[in-house]
Amino acid sequence: MIENDQNNTIVLKIRNLNKAFGDNKVLSDFNLELYKNQNIVVLGKSGSGKSVLIKCIIGLLKPDSGSIEIFNKNSLDLNTDELDKIRAKIGFLFQSNALYDSMTVRDNLEFPLRRHWISYSQDEIQKMVVQALTDVQLAHTIDMMPVELSGGMRKRIALARTLILKPEIILYDEPTTGLDPITGKEIINLMVEIKNKYNTSSLIISHDIKCVKYASDNVIILLEGKCYASGKYEDLILSKDEKVKQFFE
Amino acid sequence: MKNTSSINIFLKEVGETSGFGWRFLTQWFRPRYEIKEFIKQCYIIGYKSLPLIGLTGFIMGLVLTMQLRPTMVDYGVESQIPAIVGIAIIREIGPVITALIFAGKIGSSIGAELGSMKVTEQIDAMEVSGTNPFKYLVVSRILATTFMLPVLVILSDTISLYGAYLGVNIRNVTSFQLFWIQVFDSLSFNDVLPAFIKTYFFGFAVGLIGCYKGYNSNKGTEGVGKSANSSVVVSSVLIFIIDLLAVQITDLLGFN
Repeated sequence: MIENDQNNTIVLKIRNLNKAFGDNKVLSDFNLELYKNQNIVVLGKSGSGKSVLIKCIIGLLKPDSGSIEIFNKNSLDLNTDELDKIRAKIGFLFQSNALYDSMTVRDNLEFPLRRHWISYSQDEIQKMVVQALTDVQLAHTIDMMPVELSGGMRKRIALARTLILKPEIILYDEPTTGLDPITGKEIINLMVEIKNKYNTSSLIISHDIKCVKYASDNVIILLEGKCYASGKYEDLILSKDEKVKQFFE
Repeated sequence: MKNTSSINIFLKEVGETSGFGWRFLTQWFRPRYEIKEFIKQCYIIGYKSLPLIGLTGFIMGLVLTMQLRPTMVDYGVESQIPAIVGIAIIREIGPVITALIFAGKIGSSIGAELGSMKVTEQIDAMEVSGTNPFKYLVVSRILATTFMLPVLVILSDTISLYGAYLGVNIRNVTSFQLFWIQVFDSLSFNDVLPAFIKTYFFGFAVGLIGCYKGYNSNKGTEGVGKSANSSVVVSSVLIFIIDLLAVQITDLLGFN
């Protein structure tokens, strides 16, 4: 992996990423570097391409040009099996949680372990499921169906599912959207706890200022498909630039 | 201008559905095999449809017999009711009506289920989790509909003939044994085999259309409703088209 000046390791490097839907250019020469054990929050207006960015990273969308290096491998050059092995190191928390309605919490958590190149015994799987649920303080919901859970609990279960394979990078797509402020704060605290406990790196897509304030090490402002500004939260709130200020007012 | 646009949309839809069907054919025999999911779908699609299929089959046989009777009496061929009802049910009414009910129940549920999975990003989540969602969701469902509908048609035909037996006995007295002997005497291999084979195609059509509509659903919850609705409409029309083609083919092959 690449070592930078601060002796940190770059786990994700995006160079000149472009993505358009017809005439609508969503990402335009976008660049980003994510270091180990760093949380970056990408701030942007609705429809600015934040979700498109992380869907390109995980391989759900194919960018038009540019490169996405994950652990020094360009994910756009990988075949299905190689991409799957990279994906196993990345957790993805969907905005809608994307829990499987027809499965219990246990089955939802076991689902990422179905990969053909992963072989755990039933005991190991049980331990991993319980551990992931304990991390989000919801061990008692193991045999419940997603529909029986509240919005905040569903978000936690989705987070537990992302954690089951101990990912090194976690991509959060608007983790606090649709939650009340208290539950939102709990999720933010959980994200920080996970980072500290497992040394993960995170890319958080959000327009929640609380999330930026408490969960970010660095902030990127995405405007017109480009990285318009970046820096620490404390620095950006003092910015005189009108376009930056509008996000913090 | 509007007509040209409608024709274009129709042709695009046909092309995309064919492409979806081709994708199924190229993927279904490749590993990994989702056997557990296939068995689960067989249970849901087959076993759980049985009460509805059985009830409608029973009513179908009973009503057909009762409505046929006055005309048969007029022509003095009342004794031929079991034979005529048997041929009608086995060759045409059983497979087609069962397939239409199957399309209504299963086609719509597959369309709505996959549609809601699509709009709530569950299909994307599967892909991220290292599972091929097409194999897990689509291949298992299309295989289950293809193999379960023929079984349901056999059961429906049997129940339907039992309904016909009761229908005959409302006004007349015919022994159970005599009724079945008359039914089987009137049937030949050429009646049973083409009718049975076409049910596989009916089942395939219901699964394919339900999965295609659901898997390509968009526009949020409105899209889910549209997927469910169009799954039933398109697969019902397709059942009649397949039936028409099946009759022509069996005629050409000399099965009639």
